Amino acid sequence: MPLLSIQKVTKKFPREDGKPTVALRDVYLDIEEKEFICIVGSSGCGKTTLLRIIAGLETITEGTILLNGVPVSGTDTDRGMVFQEYSLFPWKSVIDNIAFGLEMRGIPKAERREMAEKYLEIIHLEQFRDSFPHELSGGMRQRVAIARALANQPKVLLMDEPFGALDAQTRNMMQRELLEIWKETQKTIIFVTHSVDEAVFLADKIVILTPRPGKIEEVIPITLPRLRDRTAPEFAEVRKYILQKMEESAQTR
Amino acid sequence: MRILKNNTYRNILIPLATVAAFIIIWQIIAVYVVGNMFKLPSFTDVFAAFMRDMFGARGTLPQDIVISLYHFALGMAAALAIGIPTGVAMGWFRDIDIALNPIVEVIRPIPPLAWIPFAIIWFGLTHAAAAFIIFVGAVFPIIINTYTGFRNVPKVFIEAAKVLGCTKPVCLIRKIGFPSAIPSMTAGIRVSMGIGWMCLVGAEIFGAGTGKFGLGKNLWTYYNLHQMDSVVVYMLVLGIIGISIDILFRHFVDKQTVKWQNSKD
Repeated sequence: MPLLSIQKVTKKFPREDGKPTVALRDVYLDIEEKEFICIVGSSGCGKTTLLRIIAGLETITEGTILLNGVPVSGTDTDRGMVFQEYSLFPWKSVIDNIAFGLEMRGIPKAERREMAEKYLEIIHLEQFRDSFPHELSGGMRQRVAIARALANQPKVLLMDEPFGALDAQTRNMMQRELLEIWKETQKTIIFVTHSVDEAVFLADKIVILTPRPGKIEEVIPITLPRLRDRTAPEFAEVRKYILQKMEESAQTR
Repeated sequence: MRILKNNTYRNILIPLATVAAFIIIWQIIAVYVVGNMFKLPSFTDVFAAFMRDMFGARGTLPQDIVISLYHFALGMAAALAIGIPTGVAMGWFRDIDIALNPIVEVIRPIPPLAWIPFAIIWFGLTHAAAAFIIFVGAVFPIIINTYTGFRNVPKVFIEAAKVLGCTKPVCLIRKIGFPSAIPSMTAGIRVSMGIGWMCLVGAEIFGAGTGKFGLGKNLWTYYNLHQMDSVVVYMLVLGIIGISIDILFRHFVDKQTVKWQNSKD
């Protein structure tokens, strides 16, 4: 049984004129435990909507999503999320941001800080333990956001273009670091991006989503050994294939 | 922000000098130009009046200060107790906003002093009547700023909290709404305290209160007695207490929020 099973999910947004916008139509996808999935597609293809539906931040119009065979409804701590925008709470220090999920479970302050410490180590920001978010760089903030999501021990980590706002160099560094975190924590990750390069670098499987209505075009397993070399010809080949696919699907519409 | 260390001279001595110059010019004009204690009491007249009102056998300044602060505290407490929950409810729940908005918008532009007749009819000549006027003046800035603060909570904070297990409205309001809205709320409370302090004088002059003590009340008494030196004393005391309240509040609030608020982005 797959860890997460998306079954015939359709999402329509109501519109003023009564004819709803179909953001996703009949999306099927199975995700195995510990897999690193990247969802790529041009902007407006519904990839963020799909991720938000999995997170429980959007309702499903039709279909179901099963996590360990149980249908999900609404947000829950078994699905963690890292947002594209900076989402750290500015009034909380780094350690208290990471411990927020534990705070929600009613774990006492000293104890939850101790538990959060482990995730601070994973993201290598021990020296910023008591800093506030505005004192951190963009990359650091997203690392803390990852730690905050992980500290809640979710079964799936959902990431919505988390490195989209970062400069190219920081972005590459963050990708490498994310792979390390993934290896260390053995999490299942669903990562939405519009950068094919990023997807090929990270993913076990790349899901190509085509726009209007959002539909899965193809699921491509990436078998290149990690750490992948962006300049290698095989890397370029995979990237080219995916870009072609995306272009084709855009033209047939 | 100015750097204090190297600027002690500029920041302390220069203001002291201007205040001293102001007092000297005041004294000269009062004594040699106006020469009429009724139209413009001199600094020394005022100082003597202050000693009389503060420490003299018939001086009521201490009681007036206590009573006025009592009116103010009572009115502010009521304004906070009503204003914050109203602002939170309107800011967080769309339906409550739609329901209450017309009422708030109709009552808000009524000048607080226009409520004095009803304050006296409803509460009689009591401390509560004076406090009520302060309440009316203070409650709307608190409602509006609390509302704005809660309305403007970034959506991503709410969603992040939901995903982390904070899903109920009570939890979201407590853990996300309040901390996020605090800067806007404290700004509203500061404004409301300024307005409340001004309303206090009007309310007491127009007879709200027990009619015996109060800074506004006895400022008016001294006017009727043509003791303009004491009127100036009361004006200055009102000003000094007003700014002291503001400074104290800012000092208290800044300590709480400055560590994360100063470069919000």
